[in-house]
Amino acid sequence: MADDRFPAPPGRLWWGLRVWWMTAAMWTRSALAYRTSFVLMTVGNLAITAMDFVIIAVMFHNIHSMGGWDFHQVAFLYATSSFAIGLADMLVGSIDALGNRIRQGTLDGIMVRPAPALAQMAADRFALRRLGRPLQATVILLWSLSGLRVQWTWDRMLMVPGLLVCGTAIFVALFVAGSCLQFWVADAAEVQNSFTFGGATMIQYPPTVFARELVAGAVFGIPLAFVNWLPALHILGQSDPLHLPAVLRFASPAAAALALAAAGLAWRAGLRAYRSTGS
Amino acid sequence: MPLTLYGSVARGSFRRYATYRAAILAGAFTNTVFGFILSYTYLALWHARPDLGGYDATGAVTYIWISQALIAPVCVWGGGFQDDFQDRVRNGDIAIDLYRPVDLQSWWLATDLGRAALQLVTRGVLPMVAGAAVFRLRLPHDGRVWAAFLVSVMLAVAVSFAFRYLVSLTGFWLMDSDGVRSLAGILGMFFSGKLLPITLFPGALGALARVLPWSAMVQIPCDVLLQQRTGGALATGLGFQAFWALVLLAAGRAVQGLATRRVVVQGG
Repeated sequence: MADDRFPAPPGRLWWGLRVWWMTAAMWTRSALAYRTSFVLMTVGNLAITAMDFVIIAVMFHNIHSMGGWDFHQVAFLYATSSFAIGLADMLVGSIDALGNRIRQGTLDGIMVRPAPALAQMAADRFALRRLGRPLQATVILLWSLSGLRVQWTWDRMLMVPGLLVCGTAIFVALFVAGSCLQFWVADAAEVQNSFTFGGATMIQYPPTVFARELVAGAVFGIPLAFVNWLPALHILGQSDPLHLPAVLRFASPAAAALALAAAGLAWRAGLRAYRSTGS
Repeated sequence: MPLTLYGSVARGSFRRYATYRAAILAGAFTNTVFGFILSYTYLALWHARPDLGGYDATGAVTYIWISQALIAPVCVWGGGFQDDFQDRVRNGDIAIDLYRPVDLQSWWLATDLGRAALQLVTRGVLPMVAGAAVFRLRLPHDGRVWAAFLVSVMLAVAVSFAFRYLVSLTGFWLMDSDGVRSLAGILGMFFSGKLLPITLFPGALGALARVLPWSAMVQIPCDVLLQQRTGGALATGLGFQAFWALVLLAAGRAVQGLATRRVVVQGG
């Protein structure tokens, strides 16, 4: 096989993570060369989530509940969604530049290096400033948790960190799977935004707000409902607009594992379909 | 003949952006998806408070789809000529532009107007059609309202260009103006009324949002098409947009003068 250069499976995963780490560290050093811009962008990133949340605060300045969910409950959805996509965006979000690299022919440079292309692409132009978003989300999450009227049984307490990890994994899978589209349509980078950033916006609001088809699509199609909607139903004791089996509320780890596996397969299919432009 | 020159620059830019069909469709698709998500949240809001911010539910949903149609042409989030311009500042090619017997700001304004025209007829129209197919929208039948709307959109693009030009000029000092640009994009999304009509903003925040230039980019064109602004209010709205366009263009010219006089161009 052509992949003899790489270690065998378990070691190969570590090798991929190491490559990701080295590439990310290199870009961080490079970003620090333009210090003013780096500081401004980090502040900007902190502000972006603050502004998002101010919008929700303005909404709740005018109303008391949205689709049967109060301010603290919606803030919980907002914070968990924002944390998951923010962290996933920092870890692998750069992969959406794939189409540009294909067009410019620089993906070939990545392919000939003795390191996994996925790890290199995910850490390409790594931006530490993106940490701003999950940090903001953590602050909002703590505020929300302090105001929720929830009986904190051990299962509910465990589910909060659990859904943050699974949610991040689901968004990582969405970023990778979405970018694979660019192997076939190099200009289509924006389509994945509608699933990643559009999806993150959707699950900031209660599922009761949306048409049933959209909610069903988020459960059975693109697994966004497993990021926070379904686990939140259990944690917050809200009723399910679709009346799905309660077991789905605990299925986020399985959904995340499936999503990651599907994204991995899509990436392999994409790499196999890739034909260099030759430039 | 400067006018025919800038006209052909704008036409060239229009054609250039028309080449990337997949990108246009992808962008229109994304604008449509966001339109759907926001429409449902707005319907929930207006279900709880039927007359919020001076709109009824139909008006509010129409507001969403107008603002989704404007996001690409008006570049609320930033973009357009900025990528090219910033690259040229960073790699020194801007020196060649300064040698040209044309005015730098007018040249880039012409390219941006060409881009905006193409994106209005593509990324403006497609999401609007999709939105109208699913939701009940209130669009005017009167041709004069549409004419006023087009004038308002053109002024919105002018204000947006003048502002983005100032943002990108910081690259002469900072080399990498992406940081300022991302900050400007956030302020733009918030204060333009793109995320939520600024008529919903409470107290001082609302008063501030109404006088800042960003409301000229989304809120005013939306209100013109929704006929929230007619007669005298229409005139003051367009006047407000024209005022900010002129002020920001003049500021851009002044900063451009400083930039080209005082900054040594990067060169290899």
